[in-house]
Amino acid sequence: MTPTMTVLTKKDFQTDQEVRWCPGCGDYAILSAVQAVFPELGIPREKFVVVSGIGCSSRFPYYMNTFGFHTIHGRAPAVATGIKITNPELEVWIATGDGDSLSIGGNHTIHMLRRNVGVKVLMFNNKIYGLTKGQYSPTSEFGKKTKSTPFGSDTRPFNPIALALGAEATFVARSVDVFQQHLKDTLKKAAAHKGSAYVEILQNCNIFNDGAWVGVTEKENRSEHVVQLEHGKPLVFGKNRDKGIRLNGLDLEVVQLGNGIAERDLLIHDAEYRNPVYAFLLAKMEELPGFPTPIGVFRSWNDIAQYEDTIAAQVKDVTAKRGPGDISKLLRSGDTWEVR
Amino acid sequence: MIEESNLTSRDTYDLMATITDTLTSNRLQRQVLDRAVIRFAGDSGDGMQITGSQFTATTALFGNDLATFPDYPAEIRAPAGTLPGVSGFQIQFSSSDVYTPGDSVDVLIAMNPAALKMNVKDLRTNGLLIVNSDSFAQGDLNKAHMTSNPLEDHSLDGFRLFAVPLEKLTHAALEGLGLDAKSMNRCKNFFALGMCYWLYNRPMEHTYAWLDDKFRTKPLLAEANKLAMKAGYSYCEATEAFQVQYEIPPAKLAPGVYRNLSGNQALAMGFVVAAHKAGVPLFLGSYPITPASDILHELSGYKNFNVLTFQAEDEIAAVTSAIGASYTGALALTTTSGPGMALKTEAMGLAIAVELPLVICDIQRGGPSTGLPTKTEQADLLQAMYGRNSEAPIPVLAASTPGDCFWVAVEASRIALKYMIPVIVLSDGYLANGAEPWKIPDVNQIPEFHVRFVKDPEGFQPYKRDPETLARPWAIPGTPGLEHRVGGLEKQDVTGNVNYEPLNHEKMVRLRAAKVEAITQDVPDVVPAGDPDGDLLIVAWGSTYGSITAALKTARAKGSRIGHVHLRHLNPLPRNLGELLKRYKKVLVPEMNMGQLVMILRAKYLVDAEGYNKIQGQPFKVSELEGKIAEVLG
Repeated sequence: MTPTMTVLTKKDFQTDQEVRWCPGCGDYAILSAVQAVFPELGIPREKFVVVSGIGCSSRFPYYMNTFGFHTIHGRAPAVATGIKITNPELEVWIATGDGDSLSIGGNHTIHMLRRNVGVKVLMFNNKIYGLTKGQYSPTSEFGKKTKSTPFGSDTRPFNPIALALGAEATFVARSVDVFQQHLKDTLKKAAAHKGSAYVEILQNCNIFNDGAWVGVTEKENRSEHVVQLEHGKPLVFGKNRDKGIRLNGLDLEVVQLGNGIAERDLLIHDAEYRNPVYAFLLAKMEELPGFPTPIGVFRSWNDIAQYEDTIAAQVKDVTAKRGPGDISKLLRSGDTWEVR
Repeated sequence: MIEESNLTSRDTYDLMATITDTLTSNRLQRQVLDRAVIRFAGDSGDGMQITGSQFTATTALFGNDLATFPDYPAEIRAPAGTLPGVSGFQIQFSSSDVYTPGDSVDVLIAMNPAALKMNVKDLRTNGLLIVNSDSFAQGDLNKAHMTSNPLEDHSLDGFRLFAVPLEKLTHAALEGLGLDAKSMNRCKNFFALGMCYWLYNRPMEHTYAWLDDKFRTKPLLAEANKLAMKAGYSYCEATEAFQVQYEIPPAKLAPGVYRNLSGNQALAMGFVVAAHKAGVPLFLGSYPITPASDILHELSGYKNFNVLTFQAEDEIAAVTSAIGASYTGALALTTTSGPGMALKTEAMGLAIAVELPLVICDIQRGGPSTGLPTKTEQADLLQAMYGRNSEAPIPVLAASTPGDCFWVAVEASRIALKYMIPVIVLSDGYLANGAEPWKIPDVNQIPEFHVRFVKDPEGFQPYKRDPETLARPWAIPGTPGLEHRVGGLEKQDVTGNVNYEPLNHEKMVRLRAAKVEAITQDVPDVVPAGDPDGDLLIVAWGSTYGSITAALKTARAKGSRIGHVHLRHLNPLPRNLGELLKRYKKVLVPEMNMGQLVMILRAKYLVDAEGYNKIQGQPFKVSELEGKIAEVLG
């Protein structure tokens, strides 16, 4: 079968199904960005498989005119792993959320990442359970009041980036639903990555957790609160790009540029840096007072084998050594005897 | 008829021995027997499973029919010499048909007091008891909670006791090899094996070859074990204590090439053959669990057979990865036991909803919860039938013997692929680990069932059904023009679009049930063994096949008209079963559970079937079934 050679457009990836997210939901922006990016990847449409679990985000496959599989809560990484092992040629994307990926599906998430299955994960983080109408999630802030925590959340939240890094993910990035250009650029980088690409997308739930990321998204102060991670460039932020982040021993510090401090003194971002401490420092930065929230690619390790390729190589290797299996011989393997 | 009566009571054993040829040499008698049961029992670290397997392999190659029963503890190595650490391996072998590993034991090898205590109750009166007398010091007795030494207190007077200093004799045989005491001790099981080879006049060559292969890199250990085995053999020959050597001539099995096969090996090979016949890759998603793990081990070694194996992070990932593989066009399989089965239930519902082929193997063990990991039970039938949320019917097949596991694997795969449906296969610990001689089929005689992936986008609808099977088309990712969405939400028939309308839901629920029912067209009518009508019909499933078959023979010999139906297809049931049940005055359903099939039969056919239930982690003894049959017949 020759691959489809026609040039695809955003429209080719839209389905006839009525989109059923709440008006104003951040998911619309993410859907729009994905539908815009897919045609640019030069991959035939039939090669795309969008897999999801359960939750608002997981309705995603119904709206993508590709192969799509809306599975069960938390299990999308395992289903996707089965798909990739069986056919490594497919372009598999997972749509998931903070509850689906980090709570019920936490085990599958970390194991998919450590295996480096060639799957792209879009993790919509709105810090709330939306589809079940407003319970706290594994990323909800400590003390947050929700339906299930009327007196405030009693647990520390997960930092999804740190979790993915800790699971030895080879590509970890963050973008924001409303930063359309940044989101598209990040998705393209994820698509180009060989291996698991984990993308946290900060997403607003205007019904149950409105303003979830207002500190990041608010136009007025956005540049004061966000620092873009760009490979090979210094960590600079601020309205006037007059602040930077510098390494001080094993800690980070925010410094004012000028007065003898130049961009060359700042931390120069290296997404390929192998010491895991580095990406962790970046991941934990937002939890420190006075620090901005980093977006962009935290880590991109490009020399680690994809899981499905290792499996395929082993099959090829064993077949080369032993020859293609003969089922007649298989049944007669071991000790046999003849009764006449 | 001698064979048949022999099955019922070990008391006839001696009688039989006397009426068969008795060869007499100077001191040595050689008795020709029809059958024998040996049990090797020792500490988990004593190598009893290896000893039993070696005796089995040699016996199979010799040409006897046989059945084995490895019975080992869940603990890998409980403290040495203690009761929980006892591991056993039983084999029945014969010159005629063998259906079970045997009720009572003719020869018991007990490596320590704990093994003696746990096993001597199964040794028949006047049976041969070989005991390692080197492990009967006060400390050894204490570990087995024995207050007096059974070798001295006459409690074993009913048996032909041979107290053999296995350790001292093994050490003497290995003197000069330069092994340390611990390594020499480890060879004592081969001394015992050598004794058994002498007792039953078996050649040792197969075990020599096996030792050479196992200890390729440690030839000294191969040599040591061979020497120990030879010493055991010679010990019997030289010691006047042993006066009888037994002959069990080869069985008259149907002509063909045979091999020894366990249930788990049979399942693994069955699925490889099925995938080959279907023309698709085989994918196994599995998480280690006793007693199912061997299937994962076996299939992991078959990579050159277009087999993909994935040891998942948990039971749920095991089944859901298999669903992903099925979605992508593989024959997908997941293997587990009861506790893992419980974890897979939601995913099975997904496979039912998205109508994808999948085979789920449940190698049952005692429960609930962790239960008896290494012991057998048949108590997952209702879980297999009904253990999912909402209306989620699923076809269920059960294997009846180790060799039958092969055929059930092929049949389950064929149904799954033909009807686009998940199928459950029930086996159990007894079948999984038990072995029997298996006549190797000609694979070319097994019909192909090549799957057809839909390719043509013209008129494609994801839930447009085949009118005969109600199967939906299998449209795998990568096929141009067939992009579509499936999922666990209720969907409209034909289009597959998400749909919550009341009448559509009822239609879909009924369609999924009709799909399972449609399989009856592929389920052959059952033909009862024994009498086609009469006093009693025994209806059963799974690993009870051997014991029931043996019990049926003796019960019918007494004059009653009895039939036996052993169900392979538990859902849907064979079409003629309801009519068949009416042809007998009584219906008895023996099961190793609290009465699960009997509940289904009573509910479905309004028949006054009676259950016979054993929940001890052990298979039925033939004598137990004989007793029950006699009681029911009155």
